[in-house]
Amino acid sequence: MQNKTKIILFVGLFILIALFLIVDLVLGSVSIPSEKIMSILMGEDVKTSWNYIILNFRLPKAITAILVGAGLSVSGLMMQTLFRNPLAGPYVLGISSGASLGVALMVMASVLLPGVFGVIYSFLGSWALVVSAIAGASIIFVIIGMASIRISDSVSLLIIGIMFGSITGAVVNILQYFSDPEQLQSFIVWTFGSLSGVTWNEMNLMAPVVVIGLLMSFVLIKPLDALLLGENYARGVGISVNRTRIWVIISTALVAGTLTAFTGPIAFIGVAVPHMARAIFGTASHKVLLPAVVLIGAALMLICDILSQVPGNQTTLPINSVTAIFGGPVVIWVIIRSRSVKASFS
Amino acid sequence: MSQNYFKDILETDGLSIGYKQRRGEDLCLLSDLNLTVRRGELVCLLGPNGSGKSTLMRTIAGLQAPLKGRTLVEGVPIRERNFGEIARLLSIVLTERLQVGNLSVYHIVSLGRHPYTSWMGRLSDKDESMIKWALEQVGLWKYANKFINQLSDGERQRVMIAKALAQDTPLIMLDEPTAHLDLPNRVEIMRLLRNLAKETDKAILLSTHELDLALQAADIIWLMSKNNDLKIGAPEDLVLSGSIEDTFKNKSFSFDRKTGNFIMNYQKKQKIQLVGNDVMGFWTQRALSREGYQVTREKTDYCSIHLIEDRMEWEIHSNGEVTNCKSIQDLLLGLNTYL
Repeated sequence: MQNKTKIILFVGLFILIALFLIVDLVLGSVSIPSEKIMSILMGEDVKTSWNYIILNFRLPKAITAILVGAGLSVSGLMMQTLFRNPLAGPYVLGISSGASLGVALMVMASVLLPGVFGVIYSFLGSWALVVSAIAGASIIFVIIGMASIRISDSVSLLIIGIMFGSITGAVVNILQYFSDPEQLQSFIVWTFGSLSGVTWNEMNLMAPVVVIGLLMSFVLIKPLDALLLGENYARGVGISVNRTRIWVIISTALVAGTLTAFTGPIAFIGVAVPHMARAIFGTASHKVLLPAVVLIGAALMLICDILSQVPGNQTTLPINSVTAIFGGPVVIWVIIRSRSVKASFS
Repeated sequence: MSQNYFKDILETDGLSIGYKQRRGEDLCLLSDLNLTVRRGELVCLLGPNGSGKSTLMRTIAGLQAPLKGRTLVEGVPIRERNFGEIARLLSIVLTERLQVGNLSVYHIVSLGRHPYTSWMGRLSDKDESMIKWALEQVGLWKYANKFINQLSDGERQRVMIAKALAQDTPLIMLDEPTAHLDLPNRVEIMRLLRNLAKETDKAILLSTHELDLALQAADIIWLMSKNNDLKIGAPEDLVLSGSIEDTFKNKSFSFDRKTGNFIMNYQKKQKIQLVGNDVMGFWTQRALSREGYQVTREKTDYCSIHLIEDRMEWEIHSNGEVTNCKSIQDLLLGLNTYL
């Protein structure tokens, strides 16, 4: 593909994102004219309730969608390259399982051990879920991090990550088994994923952490490209594979861990978007793929957020279902048409 | 190119290779090696499977710790340097097939410039001219924009050699570069490597199973045998001293010192007289040997074969009967059925 075509594609993606962003802000259960939305964004006080809906609800939700799409897709791309595995994604090392365990403990164990968790719960208030998810993800991250220093081959690390996922999943199951229907429901709702729960206060923490994680991944472009040749060739051209692996894991843990804490585990995007980017741009080079997955991921999440708002209805669908139901066929179509998966991983 | 001129690019200093065991004594494959590879020299490391070729290659490349001693490239001890510095001293070409397909040939060769580029990986004019030069050396500049999965196995191997050339190191190491290739490609790769050693003045060290190619292309052969022994010399010296014969000795075949070929040892059948000479005679004799007949010039009591060279025909004379054959295939069939 010519460089010119690539630039046109990038510009096109930018325009798409801007378009979807506007649509995402316009659509909702309360209809607000689009020209009013522009003035609200410019800082004008149009109508107090409208201002409130746009600035405190729809805007943070749209920004969350962009951050989730970009962040999880970049994490997924790096994991796929590191493990040379087309099924790898941001959660492959068990980071979301860790977060689930934290949340499950917080939500359900507060009933089993009301004394201890009750105090923590009332102290943290609305941050309770976020803090417990971060704590859970961090514990898994520390364990995987230590394992990655000791273990020098990526396949073993992948298996260890999957094992940790199974173990934490089993603990979560046990907690579910012993908890009340009410607690069970609030945990299950968390696992559905949601873009709308993020307040500006939380955004002040989430956005900078995700952006730092993304910037780290752009520094890793060169070693990631070398890793495409396999670990031995990468060492041969002077790349420290172990150091690269540790940085990839840190960056993924930061991005995927933080996002999961605030939005719940959002599946599918992290695995699918890298494949779409490879198919659309026809290359495995990270210099192209990394910005491409940022843009495609952001655009796709915005579409999913738009689709999750059932027209003429107050309800919104769980975002996890929307990403899979609407994104799945798109990815299948892209993959069948271009056969880029085989070219990347055969 | 380095400022200092080293005649010996690679030196090993009392190098012992093998594996450290957690318990008990270390498993030593070869000990106290003082090897050298000089500028412009093509060295082939030969030996049967399991003799430790890979271990020696890995140890020299600094990928595996030696039990004792050290490896120096242009006087620099390898194990004391990090990956980035080693990558400016030696480049490697591996047997493993690339898993990635949708990368351009140019991009792959440009990865050889990694030790010289900044963290961004931006290619300077010098980097780009090195990449072009490397691709021209292996005759693939016209394929620069093709994807690697559009190339044949032989071309892919040449791309990896170009990557090693772009890395601009005094020493290039190749692990079985001709594995998976067909005969013309095997010959082509060996010829290319020999020319590169002579033209670029680099030292090239490769491991291979291709005895006949190594005998024709190498300046020096390192011959490993199963009983933990390494013999070094010009190919012809190793043939004359019988080292090659000893190393590859086997019940079912033997190395013929006179021709440089391997001869398969077939079970012996009857003696056959062969009348006639020249090229036709040579190939007829080979066919008969393969079938297990003992070919002689004297009259035998079994049968005799006469070559009719002007008509490219064969006659089997047996008990006064004459059978006419149009090809060697016919001849062998005739011998099996009629007699």
